[in-house]
Amino acid sequence: MALIDLANPTRFLALVERVLPWLVAATVLAFAIGLRGAFLAPDDYQQGATVKIMYIHVPNAWLSMAVWGVMSLAALGTLVWRHPLADVAAKCAAPLGASFTFLALVTGSLWGRPMWGTYWVWDARLTSVLVLFLMYLGLIALWRTIDDPARAGRAAAILTLVGAVNLPVIRFSVDWWNTLHQPASVFRMGGPTIDVSLLIPLFVMGIAFTLLFLTLHLAAMRNEIMRRRVRTLLLTQAERA
Amino acid sequence: MTAIITALAALFTRDARIAIRIGGGAMIGVLFFLTVVTLVPFAIGPDLALLRRIGPAILWLGALLASLLTLDRLFASDHEDGSLDLILMGRIPMEIVVLTKAVAHWVTTGLPLVVASPILGLFLNLEPVALGSTALTLLVGTPALTFIGVVGAALAVALRRGGLLMPVMVLPMTIPVLIFGVAATNAGVGGTVPFATPFTILCALTLMSAVIGPFAAAATLRHGME
Amino acid sequence: MPAGLAAKTARITAKHAWIMPGATPGTAVMELEGTDLGCVRGGRRVFSGVNFTVVSSKPMVLTGANGAGKSSLLRLIAGLIRPAEGAVALTGGDAELSVGEQAHYVGHLDPLKPALTVTENLTFWVRFLNGRAPPGDASAVESGLDAVGLGELGHLPAGYLSAGQRRRLSLARMLAVPRPIWLLDEPTTALDAASQERLGRVMQAHLDGGGIILAATHGPLGLDGAQELRLGPKVAGP
Repeated sequence: MALIDLANPTRFLALVERVLPWLVAATVLAFAIGLRGAFLAPDDYQQGATVKIMYIHVPNAWLSMAVWGVMSLAALGTLVWRHPLADVAAKCAAPLGASFTFLALVTGSLWGRPMWGTYWVWDARLTSVLVLFLMYLGLIALWRTIDDPARAGRAAAILTLVGAVNLPVIRFSVDWWNTLHQPASVFRMGGPTIDVSLLIPLFVMGIAFTLLFLTLHLAAMRNEIMRRRVRTLLLTQAERA
Repeated sequence: MTAIITALAALFTRDARIAIRIGGGAMIGVLFFLTVVTLVPFAIGPDLALLRRIGPAILWLGALLASLLTLDRLFASDHEDGSLDLILMGRIPMEIVVLTKAVAHWVTTGLPLVVASPILGLFLNLEPVALGSTALTLLVGTPALTFIGVVGAALAVALRRGGLLMPVMVLPMTIPVLIFGVAATNAGVGGTVPFATPFTILCALTLMSAVIGPFAAAATLRHGME
Repeated sequence: MPAGLAAKTARITAKHAWIMPGATPGTAVMELEGTDLGCVRGGRRVFSGVNFTVVSSKPMVLTGANGAGKSSLLRLIAGLIRPAEGAVALTGGDAELSVGEQAHYVGHLDPLKPALTVTENLTFWVRFLNGRAPPGDASAVESGLDAVGLGELGHLPAGYLSAGQRRRLSLARMLAVPRPIWLLDEPTTALDAASQERLGRVMQAHLDGGGIILAATHGPLGLDGAQELRLGPKVAGP
């Protein structure tokens, strides 16, 4: 067991303490602007007010993919560059990514309910998000199974990268599967034909959720570093006794 | 008598604590359940009407596999660190020890599956009556799966073999539970068979296995420990 | 009538004596006797014709080359293996319990769960092996941990302990749960000099209290007046 090199994490913690209050303020502000824009935006002529779920669903769907990208970068950091905080970043991002994916699933299901009559229809896009959710949960299970943070970090990094390579393949397969079994669906969730007046609040909500992720991620990394320090202290206590 | 209760309570608490603290605990079983349920539509296509018809069967198969595949570690951990030796040298009859461990396993693994089944049923387009019916039959039937599975878990430890041998040995014995579980679920939704018939048989299977399973497992552990 | 009632009460009390805190059944002189014991493991004959007698307060040491069957003999006495021939009998102990149920076995492994704390581990054994319920168990756990020098580490996850500390936790179990017979398989493994000395004192105290100790070892254990039982290619006997 090697003692954690405290230099980098300490500087990181100092940085987080300075930056976090600003990030929280920015997040609240972005949500305020975005939600106001969402409320004021016009209803869809076909779906009515339920289209407004889009303002929560779409950013969450973006972020669910983006967070896996963040974890992939962190995985490279762990395996290739041996950055000391890379596995902390990866570990903390996973539950957040899973939460965004979960919200995307729930809001997608609620959005489709009035249209479909049921909560779930195995539509291509939502099904891909469901598979992504399963992969997040599998990754989190892996993190929790291995006790030693360094070993867990390496194992999770490999699984993350393998997942990143597989995700386009899975996405393509699910699309193909969907067209195999269903004719082209009449209902498209947020297709390309969105009016600009709807796009701006969507963009702002996207920024708001991204800021939310950054804030929570940094706070989680701070907590994880603290947790590892406690673990090191306990291990030292056992060694000295 | 209170001494025995203290001892069994301690065993139950220990097993439950370990299950919750290690590796995602109960959630790994639910995750496997979710994965299996997700795989089926990929195999047979997203035909909602078909999924609704076979939904209870898919849920039962998923719960069965999730229950059994988490069981083979039931005694392995205790065997590997020598705790099983001390438990055999304790003053509690091994049958009751096995029963307690099985109940602890069901509470931490089987019960979450029951709670998750209505949510997974939504993915399969089941109507509310079917969701409730499935959950109820799983509640009564998953203990049977656990009690039957402990025999395989004990054999796996005594024979020192892992992998698929244990599920292969145990799965045929779970067929009655599967038959009556799915039948009861479907009967609860409608049809010509009254709900009470398969349901009470399911209850009987659980009670029977609660006796046979621990006895067989205890005998295996006692005599297999060479 | 009173005589019959007294006998009946004595039988019931003896049966449940293990429940009463502090009671060590068989405080009379006990004798553990093995007659013509034979052991077969995995199709291989390990030993045959082993005879021994161990009495209270007089320890017996098992010696012999690796593979001679020291561990197998201890496990056989503990009831974990069935003898191919012969029998083990205990006189002076609790007639309602088997030998294994009145014995402690410390083998090569240290039974502890890494996910639980040191205190939680020992508390489990105290409650399971002795039936001692809260709050009475806490004092047994504490004094057991203190006696082996682990008193400060109770809150730590057991997975953080070194090999020597895990060994000491196993020994703490023997102190926290009173049982008359101690079956020890190379108990000094992984222990440093100070801990070995502490072990010697603990074993002597157990013997002074009328306990039985049967220990397999390669080196000296620091016990006076120990009989030796040597297992090996020839038929063995004290």
